[in-house]
Amino acid sequence: MKKFDKERVLLAVAGPVIALVVAVALTSIVLLASGKSPIEPYTIMFQQATYSDIQVLIINQASLYYIAALAVAIGFRMNLFNIGVDGQYQLAAMMAAVVGAHVALPAVLQVPLLMITAICTGAFWAGIAGVLKVTRGVSEVVATIMLNAIATSVIAYLWLPDVFGVKLGNNNTTGEMHKSGWIPGFNMGDAGEIYGLVILAVLLGIGYWIVLNRTRFGFDLRASGASESAAAASGVDPKRMVLTAMLLSGGIAGLAGLPILLGDTHTYSLNFPTGIGFLGIGIALLGRNSPVGIAFASLLWAWLDKASPELDFHGYDKEIAVIMQGLIVIAVVVSYESVREWGLRRQQRRVGAELAAGNVLGGTDNTDKEVAGR
Amino acid sequence: MTTATDVNQPTAQPAAPGGRRMSLPVLLLVIAGALALTSIVRIITGADGITNVSQMSTALELAVPIGLAGLGGLWAERSGVVNIGLEGMMILGTWFGAWAGYQWGPWTGVVIGVIGGAVGGLLHAIITVTFNVNHIVSGVAINILALGITRYLSPLAFVGVQGGSAKQSPPVESLGQFTVPGLSDWLTTLNNKGWFFVSDIAGLLGGLVTDVSWLTLIAIALIPGTWWILWRTSFGLRLRSCGENPVASESLGVNVYKYKYIAVIISGGLAGLGGVFLSLVANPFYLEGQTAGRGYIGLAAMIFGNWMPGGLALGAGLFGYTDSLNLRGGSENVHALLLLGAILLAIGAIWLAVKKKYVSAAVTLVIGVLVFLWYANTNEVPTQIVSATPYVITLLVLSLSAQRLRMPKADGLPYRKGQGK
Repeated sequence: MKKFDKERVLLAVAGPVIALVVAVALTSIVLLASGKSPIEPYTIMFQQATYSDIQVLIINQASLYYIAALAVAIGFRMNLFNIGVDGQYQLAAMMAAVVGAHVALPAVLQVPLLMITAICTGAFWAGIAGVLKVTRGVSEVVATIMLNAIATSVIAYLWLPDVFGVKLGNNNTTGEMHKSGWIPGFNMGDAGEIYGLVILAVLLGIGYWIVLNRTRFGFDLRASGASESAAAASGVDPKRMVLTAMLLSGGIAGLAGLPILLGDTHTYSLNFPTGIGFLGIGIALLGRNSPVGIAFASLLWAWLDKASPELDFHGYDKEIAVIMQGLIVIAVVVSYESVREWGLRRQQRRVGAELAAGNVLGGTDNTDKEVAGR
Repeated sequence: MTTATDVNQPTAQPAAPGGRRMSLPVLLLVIAGALALTSIVRIITGADGITNVSQMSTALELAVPIGLAGLGGLWAERSGVVNIGLEGMMILGTWFGAWAGYQWGPWTGVVIGVIGGAVGGLLHAIITVTFNVNHIVSGVAINILALGITRYLSPLAFVGVQGGSAKQSPPVESLGQFTVPGLSDWLTTLNNKGWFFVSDIAGLLGGLVTDVSWLTLIAIALIPGTWWILWRTSFGLRLRSCGENPVASESLGVNVYKYKYIAVIISGGLAGLGGVFLSLVANPFYLEGQTAGRGYIGLAAMIFGNWMPGGLALGAGLFGYTDSLNLRGGSENVHALLLLGAILLAIGAIWLAVKKKYVSAAVTLVIGVLVFLWYANTNEVPTQIVSATPYVITLLVLSLSAQRLRMPKADGLPYRKGQGK
């Protein structure tokens, strides 16, 4: 018996709304403090979002963010913190670029080959942390931080001219990939091209939802996140779950760089976007680990990124967008936690009242525990 | 070292089976042994750079910010708050240190930089202690925010000033450094003789007395200082009790929130000091991206050191030394260290064989032989491998000893006042 719970909806919406309002207010205070108009930057940025070329940029950027955030979210759902998404996607993109430059198969085989390379590289890199956690008890947070740093060195090594690197002026690249590995985009006329792999991001989102909510595995995963001991009691092998979740998270992380690699740059160079893995953490938090929420969050992030450069032409500094991103993350986590505690307290009071009135418990089991929202 | 990590209680409990206690003399012996081995390697390979005075002094300079960040992590985690925001607090330290430094002199810069970091710590405390948000999430958010704030402020504060740009501050005056007269020269001469062991010790000590910044001295003093405060005062005992069992300390009348706040603010201040060191001593200016992940490395050094100041200093030293090898064009020196690695692995294999762990012994021996072959068949090591070395070592150490490391029991757990009732 699942009746529509108004309060629950209110609680779910209250978190992000309060967070956004607070973040905007704080950003305006920063603007005021530096002696600038607290409103004009927003109007400029909203206006930017109406231009079709900026929209294309936003969608393209959001596809990278979306995949990275999904990778983070999988870990979150079972209380694993994969900070290593950053290293995983960079290394995976590099390996895909290297394979793409040295192997020339027909497109039907080439594209899957590149994707499998990326997935395997990402999963391998995350798997190291997973194995260390399962067999040696090393915290995945520290292990993935170390692996991020090691990935940077590995990439620098692979860039050496006598390994896989090709120097183009001052830039390190991996050489151009064979054309069969390029994925054509959706032509939007003057506005540019939307990456073909935006579709992949959407499919991954749907897959994420199905696996987590409609399969045994997804249930086990969420159960392990909510209470490891309870999951173990119901027959879930916690170690296997940790390793699987880590591999899955890493595999998806590996795909995060592909939309831009196969759709635009066709080589892994110094200009390849970095830090998407870290941003993915904030986006996953904002989206509350739900595929739809993450989609909105990544569009919001991409909008802040792509609309802010215009501010420089109007006497503002585009870095205000970065401040805003930081403030949003903080406001989001604080408001989610406060709203959650408030909801819990309310629920406890109601249960207490019902018990006092002599009713049987029921209809109040809406303990929607957000694992990493805390 | 399951039970005996606490130096305070040498007689409290017998060591758990398999757990050994590393006493001070043993530790010194191990260090001396490592130095002697290094010395042998130096003589065999002729790579005099590996224990050179200037090499050591660079290593020290690189170790200090990592050590300070690690100390920051130590304070926070001993009170039960995981602080991954150290990186952000360091960034605040670099920026505010340089900003105040170029206007009102370097020492003001130090103070303002520390305050900048401490404000970051305060924010972390508010989010994690008062609002009970996941500590790692809060830390990540602070890292993003600190980056945004400094990037936003830089053009406002530095553009238009002589020597400043949107990514760099104007130059800051030096804090001044000192060299112990006589001793430094004597140690350098000794170091140059190339004698077995003696010259290496001289190199190590020479690095500690040649061109040392005052801030380095303060940083080094903070390590025993932290140990004394946390393990020898009642304030420290209460602070640590909040990290071990906040409910119990609450029942004894300790204001857990207050201690957590103090610890995290101090943690931010220390990270800020590490940042100041980067922007005032290591370089005479602030530069965007100057911290380069040192906050995270500091955290790793702290875990490497088993949440103890001494171990942390050792970890920071290791990171600093490998960094310095990289900085001083040391592909030849690192190549020499391959031999050291091979010898160490061989010793490890023998030790494992004595303990009757034959499989591990065989694996270790094979790796050792491979490293030796690598040494014998090449002339230099790509710098990229060198820069990855400290991280690989940390991972190895963690995977070999994670079960023996003991973090504060309530580290990273949420706590609410009155929870125990």
